[in-house]
Amino acid sequence: MSDGKLVGIVLVSHSAEVAASVAGLAQALSGGGVTVPVAPAGGTASGGFGTSSELVSAAAASVDRGAGVAVLTDLGSAVLTVKALLAEGDELPENTRLVDAPFVEGAVAAVVTAATGADLAAVEAAAVEAYSYRKA
Amino acid sequence: MLDADFFRRWMTATAALVDREAERLTALDSPIGDADHGSNLQRGFTAVTATLEKEAPDTPGAILTLAGRQLISTVGGASGPLYGTLLRRTGKALGDAAEVSPEQLAEALRTGVDAVRTLGGAAPGDKTMIDALVPAVDALGGSFAEARAAAEEGAEATVPMQARKGRASYLGERSIGHQDPGATSAALLVAALEEASGE
Repeated sequence: MSDGKLVGIVLVSHSAEVAASVAGLAQALSGGGVTVPVAPAGGTASGGFGTSSELVSAAAASVDRGAGVAVLTDLGSAVLTVKALLAEGDELPENTRLVDAPFVEGAVAAVVTAATGADLAAVEAAAVEAYSYRKA
Repeated sequence: MLDADFFRRWMTATAALVDREAERLTALDSPIGDADHGSNLQRGFTAVTATLEKEAPDTPGAILTLAGRQLISTVGGASGPLYGTLLRRTGKALGDAAEVSPEQLAEALRTGVDAVRTLGGAAPGDKTMIDALVPAVDALGGSFAEARAAAEEGAEATVPMQARKGRASYLGERSIGHQDPGATSAALLVAALEEASGE
């Protein structure tokens, strides 16, 4: 547990719609009365497809409650941009992690877990575990 | 010795080359990528030259770290963090010296290229910018012209390769027969070194 503070979740997609929809889906499925801070960072700042480091930084700052921030991404530049920001050192809140997880399933697992007041490591573990759920 | 003006000219020359070749880069990115490499880099390097004019950093290291930061924040595609990391790490490796030797630049660039390899997980032969950058850095012990030729050869050598990184990797064998856009733009960055030196 983390002093009653919830882990924040950032969802980075090439598409603003995908990021926002997955955020909405994950929050809807988390149920209960606890609202986990979730912020989508989708598309470029000008509204196109791609990744914006500024949107990612702003989203991470907006969900930081002091318990850490888990960042989930979709493809290519989303992954590379978050890694580059982490390497910068001061662009993302302290205790921000890029979580290696499937985007939709990982987001649901992360938000549901964060809603229980779990710490960043537990949120990450739940999201990563989503990879092991076979569909066929 | 290479001073801050040299590094400013390097970035300006890169921006000019990217401007001139933007359509070709995008055309190369059309069969195996998402057809935005030219426009993405154009946006990035336009922002780089604008920022360098406004903030006027006065050491080689500061110029490259600022340029790299600008690329990460403006490009929007994978080339942003990759080129951004290349320039930032190279700049950091140069430290705060007012002038650096060509040998120091070669060594710093190698650090930058290694950082790109770590970030993207690509090795030579994967059909990426690494295929132009590694031979260019190896040739930098000689002249900038030799580095330029090595980078161009490296970019051309990506034609028969099958992509193992990025969007092109999803195409499997269909990625064979196309020159990699990232290796091609990397060769422009190296060619701009020669232009900046006035060799």
